[in-house]
Amino acid sequence: MNATPKRESYDVVVIGAGPAGLAAAATAAEAGLSTLLLDENAGPGGQVFRAIASTPVTQRDQLGADYWVGADLVQAVRGSDAEIIQRATVWSLDRNLEIGVSVGGASAFVKARRVILATGALERPFPIPGWTLPGVMTVGAAQTMLKSSALVPDGRTVIAGQGPLLWLLAAQFLRLGGRIDRILDTTERRNYLAVLPHAFAFLTSPYFAKGLAMMREVRAKVQVISGVTELAAAGDGQLASVSYVAGGRRETIPADLLLLHQGVVPNVNLAMAAGIEHRWDELQLCWSPVLDPNGDSSIDGIAIAGDGAGIGGAGAAVFRGRIAARAALEALAPTAAAKLAPMATLRTGLVKAARGRAFLDRLFRPAPQFRIPSGDTVVCRCEEVTAKDILDAVAIGATGPNQLKAYCRTGMGPCQGRLCGLTVTELMAQARGKSPQEIGYYRLRAPIKPITLAELAAAPKSEADVKAVVRG
Amino acid sequence: MFKRSDQDERQPVHIFVDGAAVEAREGDTVSAALLASGRDVRRATAVSGAPRLPYCMMGVCFDCLVTIDGVGNRQGCLVPVAEGMEIEIQKGKREINR
Repeated sequence: MNATPKRESYDVVVIGAGPAGLAAAATAAEAGLSTLLLDENAGPGGQVFRAIASTPVTQRDQLGADYWVGADLVQAVRGSDAEIIQRATVWSLDRNLEIGVSVGGASAFVKARRVILATGALERPFPIPGWTLPGVMTVGAAQTMLKSSALVPDGRTVIAGQGPLLWLLAAQFLRLGGRIDRILDTTERRNYLAVLPHAFAFLTSPYFAKGLAMMREVRAKVQVISGVTELAAAGDGQLASVSYVAGGRRETIPADLLLLHQGVVPNVNLAMAAGIEHRWDELQLCWSPVLDPNGDSSIDGIAIAGDGAGIGGAGAAVFRGRIAARAALEALAPTAAAKLAPMATLRTGLVKAARGRAFLDRLFRPAPQFRIPSGDTVVCRCEEVTAKDILDAVAIGATGPNQLKAYCRTGMGPCQGRLCGLTVTELMAQARGKSPQEIGYYRLRAPIKPITLAELAAAPKSEADVKAVVRG
Repeated sequence: MFKRSDQDERQPVHIFVDGAAVEAREGDTVSAALLASGRDVRRATAVSGAPRLPYCMMGVCFDCLVTIDGVGNRQGCLVPVAEGMEIEIQKGKREINR
């Protein structure tokens, strides 16, 4: 499965094998389109269904029924004619629908008639003092290790933040015999008022009963501190303690592991580098691509499905993947499309799957002090740039994230802004009294993942490519 | 920091970490194997030499950078372990030709 693409061009190339990508690839391939599915991980599933085909957690109820849904999606795509390549890092996509992909240290280029980006989400940065210390990780990171390697914490463990994933992971830890000393809930109290108009839709959505049961399961075994308004990690080269303020009282507790989480945001790097238009989403507090109801972006032939199109969760991602694939089919093979379930059915499914999302977005909208740090708190982990460094640069004239690179290299390290971009935008917007939309984001370009010059030089090239750069 | 669940029945895979033999399991990523090993596997950053461990485990943060079989700056969270793999904890920048 770890081989370079068999062909030079495909009808549809799907990037990312999470819920949206698996659904899109299966739909396209089953309808007879030549389909390539590229995914960076060792196995299919994305983050939510990570290690679905290989997890050592064999007691199915421990990961929950929502996880095992992924097995059917994988089976469908494996049963189709779609070509699947794992451990394939897509590092380039342009408006000609040419894709640069690195597999096993060598790069290849493939052309597509349609591209479906299903690059999913990543966890929102959580820039608190000490978040770069060894021993501080994300909730998602811990869940990745739990699903793929059945690892659970065995030292003093604190989980801090908010959102459905935090409670799910806590429940999974407890079921597998892991240790949790305390949960620090950072949900803002005022959010409980903001959600009231959306309560009915939520109470009648599947999220409600599942969420409530999970929170009860965790609260029965773990001390939960609500209304946490400040949070910091401390230690000398290694996490030693976590301090927090709740109800105006400060407390410091010893800890070996601190797991942070305050929601997920679209992983925009590939889409932005391709030149797709994005807008600031004031509710979800992130950049989301501008898309039509089929998921088609501002660039002809590129659609975005799943959480990369705006956070909607795994259920919605499956429908968005099928909608994008069906739209591709209508464009490329209308006769085959007519044989499938009508688009309206998929749209109804999407609306149903998204029920309750407006409530979650408002309840778990992270507080300003956990998004916009100050003082010596590190913002850019790669280049080790603090909030104060950035504010100093603004004071002497840095106007936006791209100017800021010249002042202090924020976003220019290997992660290419994935862990600092949102923070930089919001911090600069606040400092300059502008909106995040006005401040903008890093101008992203290929390669969106680091590749070596040797790999680039060895990539296949035409005579015209060589002539374009060789003199004489 | 982490321990393996009793239900994990995967086959052992033998790797070397800075020359020392470490038992991983089939399907572990390099980063997961390092964190489960109980050893001090903190890398040092290229900028200030600060100690770090993996943060995101999903290919985003690059705090898992490690030298694998002589090749530096690999994302340990994306590379599965293989029998006999030689891992070096990377201290600082990737060296030229490694």
